[in-house]
Amino acid sequence: MDLIANLSLGFEVAFTAQNLIYAFMGCLLGTLIGVLPGLGPVATIAMLLPTTYALPPTAALIMLAGIYYGAQYGGSTTAILVNLPGESSSVVTVIDGYQMARKGRAGPALAAAGLGSFFAGCVGTLIIAAFAPPLTELAFKFGPAEYFSLMVLGLIGAVVMASGSLLKAITMILVGLALGLVGTDVNSGVARYSFDIPELTDGISFVAIAMGVFGYGEIIANLSIPSEKREVFTDKVTGLMPTKEDFKRMLPAVLRGTALGSALGILPGGGALLSSFASYTLEKKSKLKPGEVPFGQGNIRGVAGPESANNAGAQTSFIPLLTLGIPPNAVMALMVGAMTIHNIQPGPQVMTSNPELFWGLIASMWIGNLMLIILNLPMIGLWIKLLSIPYKWLFPAIVLFCAIGVYSENNNTFEIWMVAVFGVVGYVFHKLGCEPAPLLLGLILGPMMEENLRRALLLSRGEWSVLVTRPLSATLLAVSVVLMVIVLLPSVSKKREEAFVED
Amino acid sequence: MKVHSQKDFTSGLLFSAFGVAFAWGATTYNVGTGARMGPGYFPLIVGVLIAFLGALITARSMIVRTEDGEPIGSIAWRPLIFIIGANLLFGVLLGGLPSVGIPPMGLIVAVYALTMVASLAGDQFHWKGVLILATVLAVGSYLAFVMALNLQFPVWPTFIVG
Repeated sequence: MDLIANLSLGFEVAFTAQNLIYAFMGCLLGTLIGVLPGLGPVATIAMLLPTTYALPPTAALIMLAGIYYGAQYGGSTTAILVNLPGESSSVVTVIDGYQMARKGRAGPALAAAGLGSFFAGCVGTLIIAAFAPPLTELAFKFGPAEYFSLMVLGLIGAVVMASGSLLKAITMILVGLALGLVGTDVNSGVARYSFDIPELTDGISFVAIAMGVFGYGEIIANLSIPSEKREVFTDKVTGLMPTKEDFKRMLPAVLRGTALGSALGILPGGGALLSSFASYTLEKKSKLKPGEVPFGQGNIRGVAGPESANNAGAQTSFIPLLTLGIPPNAVMALMVGAMTIHNIQPGPQVMTSNPELFWGLIASMWIGNLMLIILNLPMIGLWIKLLSIPYKWLFPAIVLFCAIGVYSENNNTFEIWMVAVFGVVGYVFHKLGCEPAPLLLGLILGPMMEENLRRALLLSRGEWSVLVTRPLSATLLAVSVVLMVIVLLPSVSKKREEAFVED
Repeated sequence: MKVHSQKDFTSGLLFSAFGVAFAWGATTYNVGTGARMGPGYFPLIVGVLIAFLGALITARSMIVRTEDGEPIGSIAWRPLIFIIGANLLFGVLLGGLPSVGIPPMGLIVAVYALTMVASLAGDQFHWKGVLILATVLAVGSYLAFVMALNLQFPVWPTFIVG
């Protein structure tokens, strides 16, 4: 059995004392920052990225995966206790989770989210281990034309499933592509859009853009709202364990959520957000058992289902990244950036050239999930204390971490000027209602798309038709077109708006 | 013509301006042909697309009606200036500005300055609390980033440690 041999190699790598410590540190730091209100996983990972610079590549990626899970877990805690979704994928958790907390059942809600996520994480890990090798085989059959079309599909997929205006999201992707093109052109050696600034010939640092847009932009936006009193259920968390009745209701919801999330996560752009929405809708559609609390008033299924779905989706969204090197969402785009910093080019070759890293990362995903359960559930009291820190103490610290973080990337103050520029840009985006996540995807994919388009057109002697005459590439493009058409259909677009407004 | 969405109208204009500038910049490089893409080829396509989509967004904002006109609202100058200012000051103090002769003051001074200026962005400001926070952050970042993670920083002003 290849699967077992591969996984045992992975666990051998992950179960060294050193890597376990890094996984633990990652989970801990991720939860610590992720639990803070107003900081989503993207901002959290961007902020904590510098802590991994000094580590060897495998350890660094293991720690980053830990940070990611921690941040997601922290986000759900904030959602349930403060009624404040830290990220779009926990928007639906807020609905029933917060109501449970108001009724003094915050403990079971948190446990349901945690246990559901753990189960989904286990399944997700197995799916990655089973599906990654065959998909990698497929990836080797891809020529540049296919890669280009696949990236188009990935980008379209990412925007049709995101909220907000489709037109603006596509434009944001293109702006990201444009920013990604700044720097030396690999083919001709020409420094593009560098304005004779030596630092810009290496391109704009994606860490600076992520921190500026997601960190500073958000802080400025948060501070512009007068500080109101938020209801935090800090002392009402008693009795963590769900009752037997809760378990009976949770279980089918967790199973359904996991199945939905695993399937949707593999889709380009799908990932956590769509999974949690789909799962909540499914739970809501199913019949209420006698004596069950209605949805929207604290039904435990409304927490367990979406949370499992979003974790399963988060897990399986690693598949396109690890096998094809294409990030399906903003968090994965950050992971690509992190890999490049450690000189790993994500893609199908990672599995063959770096099996320890590949399988070690997969094994540590499972370990990360386990750690969240055994460490974080008992430590919930501590995380809740963090929630009661007033924002006025938090935001200077966040600004500081961002500034230190970008500086330490190259030990160059130039990055600090860049993060300031993108902080202003991020605030402008916020004011104009432009979602910044697609920009990050475009930024990462820009150079890859250009390179693959160049190769494809070189092979076809300048014939653009190569993108539609090769069957695989044509199929991928056709799927993107179909996706666009479906979303633009009047009936669907109305539903889509409703789905994202519903809370 | 009436603008139905202020946000879309403005963002469309900004996108278009950016797209035109980007495409114009691309033409200063060798564009080449499809079979031999020059460094300007792909940027030109991207720039033109952005400009076109920007124009679409602007046009749409004048046709599709919205409930409230989607106003941009007032700009939060105070947080904007103090947060960005704190960040810039941090950079200047940490690394110095050799071009105008400002020496690097190091991490500790920079942390104190950043914390104080950034705190001004909020609506409450107490000297004592901010000083405590700055001290905690300075000690914390020294321990975490310099001692534990071994990242390279100028910690103290260069004219003291040389």
